Amino acid sequence: MSNKVIHALYDDDDMLLSAVKEIRSAKHHIEEVYTPFPVHGLDKVLGLEDTRIAIMSFIYGCIGLTVAIAMMNFIMIEDWPQNIGGKPSFSYLENMPAFVPIMFEMTVFFAAHLMVITFYMRSKLWPFKKAENPNPLTTDDKFLVEIELHDNEKELKALLKKSGAIEISIVEKPE
Amino acid sequence: MMYTFSNRLRNLAIAFMVIGFLGLVYGFFTAPKTIEEAKAIVAASAHGDEHGASHDDASVEAHHDTTDAHGTDASHESLAAEEGGHEISHDEHVFHQLSNKPWAALYVAAFFFFMIALGTLAFYAIQRAAQAGWSPVLFRVMEGITAYLLPGGLIVIAILILSSMHFNHLFIWMDPEVVAHDKLISGKKGFLNVPFFLIRAFFFLTGWTLYRYFSRKFSLAQDNSNDISNHKKNFRISAAFLVFYIVTESIMSWDWIMSIDPHWFSTLFGWYVFASMFVSGITTIALITIYLKSKGYLEFVNDSHIHDLGKFMFAISIFWTYLWFSQFMLIWYSNIPEEVTYFITRIEDYNLPFFAMVAMNFIFPLLILMNSDYKRVNYFIILAGIVILLGHYMDVFNMIMPSAVGNQWFIGAAEIGGFLFFLGLFIYIVFTEITKAPLKAKGDPYMGESERFHY
Repeated sequence: MSNKVIHALYDDDDMLLSAVKEIRSAKHHIEEVYTPFPVHGLDKVLGLEDTRIAIMSFIYGCIGLTVAIAMMNFIMIEDWPQNIGGKPSFSYLENMPAFVPIMFEMTVFFAAHLMVITFYMRSKLWPFKKAENPNPLTTDDKFLVEIELHDNEKELKALLKKSGAIEISIVEKPE
Repeated sequence: MMYTFSNRLRNLAIAFMVIGFLGLVYGFFTAPKTIEEAKAIVAASAHGDEHGASHDDASVEAHHDTTDAHGTDASHESLAAEEGGHEISHDEHVFHQLSNKPWAALYVAAFFFFMIALGTLAFYAIQRAAQAGWSPVLFRVMEGITAYLLPGGLIVIAILILSSMHFNHLFIWMDPEVVAHDKLISGKKGFLNVPFFLIRAFFFLTGWTLYRYFSRKFSLAQDNSNDISNHKKNFRISAAFLVFYIVTESIMSWDWIMSIDPHWFSTLFGWYVFASMFVSGITTIALITIYLKSKGYLEFVNDSHIHDLGKFMFAISIFWTYLWFSQFMLIWYSNIPEEVTYFITRIEDYNLPFFAMVAMNFIFPLLILMNSDYKRVNYFIILAGIVILLGHYMDVFNMIMPSAVGNQWFIGAAEIGGFLFFLGLFIYIVFTEITKAPLKAKGDPYMGESERFHY
């Protein structure tokens, strides 16, 4: 198993999209694409699975809602019963309208923060992480496609050239 | 491609109107003409308990409001025997409520369908003023819906005029006898008086109708034009209209709805009614678009357009809930008697429609339209759309009925008839208007972008 990869650099996102389509239809395996910004539709042409972050966000929201209800019930009803709005009912349900803003905020808070943390974890991003990015140009205005090599250098190079790559290089990947 | 109004749909619309008309006639015919008849109706319904589940506990808890007590129990009869004077005024009160009932049913349905046309007009003006790129494929559908604005508005104003001529007692401040004995309403006489009220109503409807007339005219002229001057004119009048609209819509909601309860006020009422009409309008656009597509028209509308309408239905449903809750929570929290009676009557006497409305307008669309993929499935949009529209009918019902008929409400022949009558009229007018112009506003400079629109 060789660990040689080919790097093709593009300078336009539309060109990148069509190049990825061509490469995939020629049955080459694309390891990774590095882009300076999210390219609309790239996930579809790469054939990536749909993200599951939406269902996670729903679950996180439900957790936030539950935490808010439990928290307000403990603080305002059980631990130190409060007379809310001149209605000393000391029941969570009867005082529920007063807690709705908190329930809403906690739902949003949990969904948003846990979603961001999940995204970082899944993207393998954490503090002091070394950049995996092979070419600093991809943080500026260039797009890089990384393809595994299997003794098909010539064929691939021709294909990439045709698809509009501005620079093609072969790199030995350290294990 | 031109749309032809199919005979089946036309016959359906006419059938709705006929059935609805009969229901309304029945409602008016069975309304009591005298206090004695009203007493007989209440006595008969006391055994059957026509108000459903909410009524039982409501009548028990509503003792502070003795005029609304239902006369169901023996203790009330004996109490009434002691206080003869009270009994007469109570019967007269119930008589007024019962004779208001068919009028209120008519008014709720008339206003609801009128509000769909006005909400659609606002949505249309926003698309024009924002120079939206996604929506021009839907312009002809929106223009069709707004055709109902003028006839629908005239019917609502006709009901207001009949009220001011004392054919009914929907607006108690129109009765000089009431105003003379009511300090609060007397203080509002400068604003709430019949001539000024009707002048305002005509002024609002004229403004809205003029915008609708000119924007339709420019839109049609743009179809066969070589430059985009008509489009630019439409942009300018739409921006001006939106300013006019948000002020007049707000005052209209105080006049036509809030003044039914002249002691009560809410500062965000205009926004609240706006949210209701906006989401109803958008939902109607989505339903009619899907209907036309299913008949083979609007081939240039793709599922991304439906997806965007679905997003609006979802978002504005949440916006409506936000306003509904903001209005409710502040009043509930502060618990000031003159404000909180509004919600006490609704929760005690209208428990089922009041909370069912929140489920239909918030929880149902929230859960069913949350998933991105579902917004592209016509079945889900139609299902959510029908529930949202019925929910907003309930919303108007809850805004008008409690002050008009008190606890004498019932969804019967007059209510269903009123809804069907205006539904038929709405379908008839809207689809007739859609046949009058090509379904594609081909001259619109954003038409290409809209056709290629893809999410």
